[in-house]
Amino acid sequence: MKTIARDQPGERVFMLGNEAIARGLIEGGVRFCAAYPGNPSSEILETLASVTDELGIWAEWSVNEKVAMEGAAAASFAGVRAVASMKQNGVNVALDFIAALALSGVKAGTVLITCDDPGAVSSINEEDARFVARIADLPLLEPSFPDEARLMAHYALELSERLGSLVVLRSVSRLSHCREEVVLGEVPSSHDVPGFDLSSVWKTFPVPHYHRKMHENLVSAADEFETSPFNRYEGPDAPDLLVFAAGSSYLYCCEVLGLLGLEERVGIAKLSTTWPLPTAWVETQLARCGRILFTEEVDPFVEDSIKAHYAQVNDRLGPKRFFGRSNGFIPKEGEITPDAIAAAVVRVLGIEGPAVDDEYRSRAAKWADEILPPRAVGFCAGCPHRASFWSIKNALKLDDRDGFVSGDIGCYSLSLFPTGFSQSKVIHCMGSGSGVAAGFVKLRDQGFNQPVVAAVGDSTFFHAGIPPLIDAVHHGADYLLVILDNSATAMTGFQPHPGSPRNAPGAPAREVDLEALCRAVGASVTVEDPYDLHGTTETLYRLLNEEEGVRVLILRRTCALVQRKRGGFPYKVEVDPDKCRGEECGCNRYCTRVFRCPGLFFDDRSGKAGVDEVICVGCGVCAEVCPHNAIIRKEINHA
Amino acid sequence: MRDEPLNLVISGSGGQGNVLAAQWVGEALIRAGRRITVGDTYGLSQRGGSVMSHIRVSKERRYGPLIPEGRAHVILGLEPVETLRVLIAYGNRSVVTLTNTRPVYPQGVIAGENEYPSEERLLSALNELSERTYWVPATEIARGLGDPIMANVVMIGALWGSGVLPAEPSTISAVLEDRLPASKLEANRRAFDTGFQWAVDSKG
Repeated sequence: MKTIARDQPGERVFMLGNEAIARGLIEGGVRFCAAYPGNPSSEILETLASVTDELGIWAEWSVNEKVAMEGAAAASFAGVRAVASMKQNGVNVALDFIAALALSGVKAGTVLITCDDPGAVSSINEEDARFVARIADLPLLEPSFPDEARLMAHYALELSERLGSLVVLRSVSRLSHCREEVVLGEVPSSHDVPGFDLSSVWKTFPVPHYHRKMHENLVSAADEFETSPFNRYEGPDAPDLLVFAAGSSYLYCCEVLGLLGLEERVGIAKLSTTWPLPTAWVETQLARCGRILFTEEVDPFVEDSIKAHYAQVNDRLGPKRFFGRSNGFIPKEGEITPDAIAAAVVRVLGIEGPAVDDEYRSRAAKWADEILPPRAVGFCAGCPHRASFWSIKNALKLDDRDGFVSGDIGCYSLSLFPTGFSQSKVIHCMGSGSGVAAGFVKLRDQGFNQPVVAAVGDSTFFHAGIPPLIDAVHHGADYLLVILDNSATAMTGFQPHPGSPRNAPGAPAREVDLEALCRAVGASVTVEDPYDLHGTTETLYRLLNEEEGVRVLILRRTCALVQRKRGGFPYKVEVDPDKCRGEECGCNRYCTRVFRCPGLFFDDRSGKAGVDEVICVGCGVCAEVCPHNAIIRKEINHA
Repeated sequence: MRDEPLNLVISGSGGQGNVLAAQWVGEALIRAGRRITVGDTYGLSQRGGSVMSHIRVSKERRYGPLIPEGRAHVILGLEPVETLRVLIAYGNRSVVTLTNTRPVYPQGVIAGENEYPSEERLLSALNELSERTYWVPATEIARGLGDPIMANVVMIGALWGSGVLPAEPSTISAVLEDRLPASKLEANRRAFDTGFQWAVDSKG
């Protein structure tokens, strides 16, 4: 049996924050798990999907986050504990349903997990998804480290069931992708058979009645949070400064006070039940001190709530000064760090900061300036997207009417940058490329005459790209929709989607036929292999000039990383040094300067291009790019 | 600098196996009785960006997943420029630095927009900013042993060979035994031993 499912209470296991969350859900008796992949949330569902058979639970990669949340709600109505997990953007997608579910309430414990990405390391935005707790009046939990995440995931299911309300658990990248030893709890052995009770009705009408119920739930939750073991005060009785440390910032605060030698002067109020506020507990903390600092990820959420509460009780608590993200004591943008917290503490107390070795730091800065090249992200060696955008670039150039790409969310978002020849000019959210493209061409009658190409990946198309396609067909919008079908949700780790022959646990699943789907709504459909640069460019050029409604072009080629795992490519690629004319060619290093596959390099010593045998995967596409046919692809026989 | 906690950074470029290496090192240190936190930063790394894992090694306390700037004790780099990048942010006069010598060229270098520093310049920077530097030809050593993919195990061997970790080599041997299929264990043991001996002989 896999460790994550083992019923061995007390066993210590070294695991990732997201695995600890999954384990906590298992210990809480979760039976239905749904998610859409997105960094930093993906490992939660991956972990649950790896033990579906052992535990007899359901785990799926849903088509999008809203469907994930809907499935979880249904399971709850049928008496089964459920979870929907997603990254911050997913909460936006699911919000319409969440807002209604908040009114109807739930039966069995149901948890919404949002994993936010402070600093937007792999996101289109830096968003604080805790807003959902305020909008929908939902209890909100923020664990500080993996073992607490395990306990709080379990607690979230219990709390939800007690209140009859959805509960939100918020993680961030640093918690989700942090590894420590956790101590396993018990795994429940018996479960009820799900069934729908016909005497129950799950609805939102009359709204004022249910809205009142939501507010009563918050009062009950706040009462429970007053004595929560997840909140605690550490420090002197009358500190010079009190830090409200929410969620993952707690451990940074502990370390910073140690480094600054301030453990006897500064207190930490660790707060992990962040909405609704346990107001009596908060007042007890506020009463300790006149200076209050808030540390939390992304927005001043706790900061604003506590300040708002203080405004009602300031006559009792006396004057206070508040410091945090809202007045820039903690930087308003970007991830919170121990260094940012140290700087804030030093500034508030007006003390000397930790000793800094200025001479060393300035030497380090000098080296950074002089020799350190940046490492930009780019398409992998052999990536079909590079080939696709190469052909799109060339077709738009040949067409010569200032055509451009309306891009979407996935690996191919990198088409904003030189790795994708800077072709995408508009990028926002999942599925938006198609809707925005249609909007442009609806201005045709007013004189908008540029061609528009929408480029979307297969998983993103299923997620949110279908309604805009239907809208475009209905309105006769003439644009070219390129579906970059690499048979994977590649960006987030190759999870299956509705076009895949396997589901999340790896069992056979029915593939949704992309071509048939697009044809059924009335679009014309053409399929090409993007590795065939010449053929793809010709087809693109032809489709750009067919100005009748939406044309769909599916560029189908398996993700190169997946292909490598499946046995690789049939070519060995080399540069013929006799044919490569190097600097004298006049191409000005076309293969490395423009095509930019990381498998290629230009050797300054020999003055010729070369192929890096460790990085090159052998797709052979670059052979078509060299103007002098110096790149040779030889067929190889796999043993 | 105090070494409670001992702060170790493993850095590299996307796809080099950084996160797995950090997990193995963490597991070995747990076997040595330490309390470990590992924080990984990857994001878009699979698309060729920088990757970094922070390993906090404590006798008893739980530490956060981010090392404060300038406070690393050991930097283990899987790629020279990424080693330097992390050294600049987290280094100090007493840091011990180990790096694989084999470059993975960034996009901008391939395109001719940026220059990759010469070995001589890189070594000067690493030497100047570290108390001890181990310039380990790990990929070459691994290739000599049959497969360049074992370069990270050579580097882990060098890490133990440098003597900076509070853990016997047997702790990491046990992790390799746990994690590797029997068919690959012997070759990886050799890779570890060769890296270990390389560091012992070179003394940094």
